[in-house]
Amino acid sequence: MVGVDIVGVGWFGFSPNVHDHSFREMMFEAATRAFQDAGAMNPREQVDAFISCQEDFWEGISISDEFAPDPIGGSMRPTMTVAGDGIEGLAHGVMLIKTGIADVVVVESHAKPSDILTFNKIVELAMDPIYLRGRKVVNYHFIAALDAVKYMRRTGISREDLASVVIKNKGNGLKTSRAPFSSRLSKEDVMSQEVIVYPFTDVDIARPVDAGIVVILASDSFSRKFNDTPIAIKGIGYATDSSNFELAALGEANYMRVASSIAYDMANIESPLKVSGIFVDDRYSYKELEHLEALGINEVAEKLKEGYFHQGSYLPVNPFGGHLAKGYPLEAAGLSLVLDAVEYLREGAESAIVGSWRGIPTFTGGTVVLSR
Amino acid sequence: MRTNLKFRRVAAIGAGLTEFRRRTLETPQELAWEASRKALDEAGLELRDIDCVVIGSAPDAFDGVHMKGEYLSHGSGGIRKPTSRVYVGGATGVMTAISGWYHVASGLCKNVLAVAEEKMSPGRPHPQAVFRYIWDPITEKPLNPNLIWIFAMEMHRYMYVNKVSKEEIALVSVKNKRNAINNPYAQLGGQITVDDVLKSEVLVWPVQLLDVSPVSDGAAAMVFVEGDIARRYTDTPVWIEGVGWTLDNTSWPDRELAYPRYLENAARMAYTMAGIERPQKEIDVIEPYDPFDYKELHHIEGLLLAKRGEAPLLLKEGFFDVDGDIPSSPSGGLLGVGNPIAAAGLMKVISIYWQLKGTAGKMQVKRPVHTGLAQAWGDLMQASTVIIMRN
Amino acid sequence: MVHSLKEGEIKQHPVVEYKPEAKYSYTAGQALSQFLLGLKKGKILGRKCPKCGRVYVPPRMYCEDCFYPTSKWVEVKDEGIVMTAVASFISWTRDRLEEPEIVGTIRLLPSSAKDYVYPGLFHRICCSFDDVKSMNIFGKRVKAKWKPENEREGSINDIECFEVI
Repeated sequence: MVGVDIVGVGWFGFSPNVHDHSFREMMFEAATRAFQDAGAMNPREQVDAFISCQEDFWEGISISDEFAPDPIGGSMRPTMTVAGDGIEGLAHGVMLIKTGIADVVVVESHAKPSDILTFNKIVELAMDPIYLRGRKVVNYHFIAALDAVKYMRRTGISREDLASVVIKNKGNGLKTSRAPFSSRLSKEDVMSQEVIVYPFTDVDIARPVDAGIVVILASDSFSRKFNDTPIAIKGIGYATDSSNFELAALGEANYMRVASSIAYDMANIESPLKVSGIFVDDRYSYKELEHLEALGINEVAEKLKEGYFHQGSYLPVNPFGGHLAKGYPLEAAGLSLVLDAVEYLREGAESAIVGSWRGIPTFTGGTVVLSR
Repeated sequence: MRTNLKFRRVAAIGAGLTEFRRRTLETPQELAWEASRKALDEAGLELRDIDCVVIGSAPDAFDGVHMKGEYLSHGSGGIRKPTSRVYVGGATGVMTAISGWYHVASGLCKNVLAVAEEKMSPGRPHPQAVFRYIWDPITEKPLNPNLIWIFAMEMHRYMYVNKVSKEEIALVSVKNKRNAINNPYAQLGGQITVDDVLKSEVLVWPVQLLDVSPVSDGAAAMVFVEGDIARRYTDTPVWIEGVGWTLDNTSWPDRELAYPRYLENAARMAYTMAGIERPQKEIDVIEPYDPFDYKELHHIEGLLLAKRGEAPLLLKEGFFDVDGDIPSSPSGGLLGVGNPIAAAGLMKVISIYWQLKGTAGKMQVKRPVHTGLAQAWGDLMQASTVIIMRN
Repeated sequence: MVHSLKEGEIKQHPVVEYKPEAKYSYTAGQALSQFLLGLKKGKILGRKCPKCGRVYVPPRMYCEDCFYPTSKWVEVKDEGIVMTAVASFISWTRDRLEEPEIVGTIRLLPSSAKDYVYPGLFHRICCSFDDVKSMNIFGKRVKAKWKPENEREGSINDIECFEVI
C-alpha cells in the first residue's frame, strides 16, 4: 500500500497578536515557507489537492472556507475544508493519497484568536444549546477542571506534579522561536500562583495564539523529489468520545485511547515507549499526563517524578514546549505539535508520536506516528 | 491526478432521508439519527458494523452551534469512532458522499456512514440574516447584503450573456415542483405554471419567490462499504465511479459569472476518473444543484451536458423531463423537496442511488438507467462537487 | 417521521432562546488597510502581479494564479463597466423595502471586455428599477460617486454608489 510522507512544513505567526497581517496573508506566508521547504515546489502545478482546517465561529465568517483557496495556491483546484483539528485534515490528506487520486496534498490550518472579542462566548456556543449552555457555566475552564480533578483522584497525581509539567514545558519552549509564553520558572513560582479554577492557576492554562501552519504530504514514491529527509506518517487516527461532558468518560481521554489504537495498528508499533519523543496536547498541564496515559504509557506519575519525560531522558515529552510555551492556535493546534515533531526528527531522532485534542468543550483527538 | 487509479472499489448499499420540512420539532441530533437509522436499516447493518463516520453540515450559524460536527456526532452514531466533518459551503452534501468514498477507497475504513444535516428554521429574525456573514467582512459586509443578491447577480448575468428569458428559466421551477409530487419526502411539490412563477413576489429582481427553494430542516445519510463485501449485504450495490471537486477564487466580483468554470473543472475530474468521454451520451440521469431555478441550467452547462446558453432550449424540448433523454432532478430537486443545505446535497446523491438501484418508486424515471450524476454548489459562486455512480 | 410546526405552534412547545455574543475585530492586513486608506483619499488602489500582470481590486498581497507576491501598488480608475445589476426589494432580515436597493458588480478600468478576471468591485449602482429590469444598465460606463471628503472614514461606504456617466 502507498505510504505517505511529510515533505514540507511552513509556519507564520505564533504571536498573541499578529496585528499587521490578515488571516489570509498569514496563510500565504506560511504556505510560501512550506513550498520552499519542499524543494521550491510550485503549488499551481505540483499539488493535487488542498485541505484547510477551520471553523466558522473562530473566523467570524459564515462559510469561511470561501477564503481557503487563494492564499495556499488552491483556487480552481480540488480544495476542501475539514471542520476540525489539523490532524483530522492530515488524515483526510493521507486518505486522498492512498486512494491514488492525489500524489501531493497541502494541509493548512490557521488561527486568529486575537480577532475574536468574545472568546468565552464562542466557546460557550459549542456547547449543547438545550441542556448545557443554559447552565451559565461562568468559565469554560470549569469543564477541564472537572476532568482534571477526576483524573487526579484516580491516579494520585498532585498539583506539584502538574507544576513540574508547567516548569518543564515552559522551559523547553525557550529553545524555539515559536514560543511566546516560554519562561524559566521555579516550583515556588508556580505553586504560589493564585488558583483560577481548582486545580488550575494561570500558568497551568495555555493561551490561544495567532498562527498559520502548512504541511505538505506526498506519496512515498514521489517524496524524495521534494525533500531529502521526508518524514513518514506511519500511522494516523482520530476519534470522538462525545460532544457533551455529561456523556463523556471524564478523567480518561478516551478519544486519545481510540485514536492511538487506530494509529498504532496502522503503524504496527507495540509500545509507545519505543519512540524517541512524544508531542502531546498540553492545553492544561494535567492534559499532558492524561494524554500520555491514553497513549498507552503506564504509571505516568512515577515516570514524571523520575524525570523520565525530560529532555535527554528516556522519552522526552514536548521537548519544544508544547502549547503551554507556544500557545494553542485553535484548529491548527495539532499541526503545531506535528511541526515540533518534524523538526525533532529532522534533528536526528528516529520516531515520534503526536497526540492532539480539539480543546474545550470537545472530546475529540487525534494521534500520528511519525518516523524518519 | 493519476489516471491508473488502483483504489478499492466502493459501493453504496443504504440510504435514509427525513422528510424535508420547515420548523421541525426535532433537534438537529434527532434529525441526523432518523436519517442514519434508516440508512443502516436499508443496508442491513448495525452501528457496530460502522467503523468511520463522516458528517456534512453547512454554516454553523443556522443551527446556532459552534463546532457543529462535534455536536452532530451524537445523532450520527459517531461516538468512540473516527468522526470528522467536511465542509465546502453549499456544496457540502455531495462532498460528504465523496469523503465517504475516499474513507473506504483509501483502505482506512471498511464501512462508512455519511450523514448530512441542516436545520435552517431556528435562526432569528429570519434565516436570511445568517447569510450576511458569508461576505467579505471588510469590503462587502458593510453594504448590508443578503444571500439572494448573489444569486440574482449571477442569474441576471447569465440571462444577459446568453439571452435567456425569465419564462425559460421558470420552466425549471415548474418541472422540479412537478417531479416533487412523486417524492414522499418533499416539502413543496405541486403543479404550478410559468405564470405562477412570474407573478410571485419579487424578492431581488430577477429572482422571485417561486424561483427559490424554501427554508427547510432535514437530514440525509448513506452507507458506503468496501466493494469486496458489498454483495454480502445486497444484490444491487451501486458503485461510486467518479468524484471531482473544485474551488474557484474568493474574488467573485472580479470574474465572469455567466459560466461556472469551476464546475467544468470538477466535472472533468470526475469524468476522467469514470472514463466518460461524451457526457451527454453516457450519462442517463442527473441531479444538478438547484437552490434557484436558473442554477440547474447553469450547472447543466458547466457539467458539459449542454453547450453554453443552450440548456434552456433543451429544457423546453423536454430533454430533461422524467421521460426525456437525460432526466434532471427526478426527485424534485431543492426547489421541490426543500433545501436543508448539506442534507439537500446528499439527498441528490441518494436520489441517483435509488434511481440506479431501481427503488425510486414513483420517482423512477422511465428509461433504464446505468450511469447517474449528482452535483452540488456553494460558497461565493465558487465551489462545486460532482459524483458519478453506476449500477 | 419528523414533526413540522406552523409558525403559531412554536409557542406551544418549549423553546430555548440563545443570542450568540459573537464579536470580532477583523484584521484588515497589509493589502486591505492600504485599500481603505486609499478610499478615504478618493482613490481605488489595487495590487499588480509582476508575473502575469493581473491587477487585484480589492487588493491582495499574493497572486492566486501564479502563487507569487503581488509587488506593486497601482491606482485604477474610479470608472468601470456594469457587469451585472439587481434590484433588491428585501432587506437582509427579509423585511419588505419600499424602494428597491440596486447593487451589482463593476469591471473597473483599465481592463478589457475579453478578460475573464479583472479588477472589480461589488457595490451599489445609482439607477432606476427599469434600467435593471430592461437590462439597459448592463455594459454602461459608470463612475464612483464619492462621499464628501470630510465624511469619508476609510470604508467601502466612502463610495455612495456608482452612477452612469
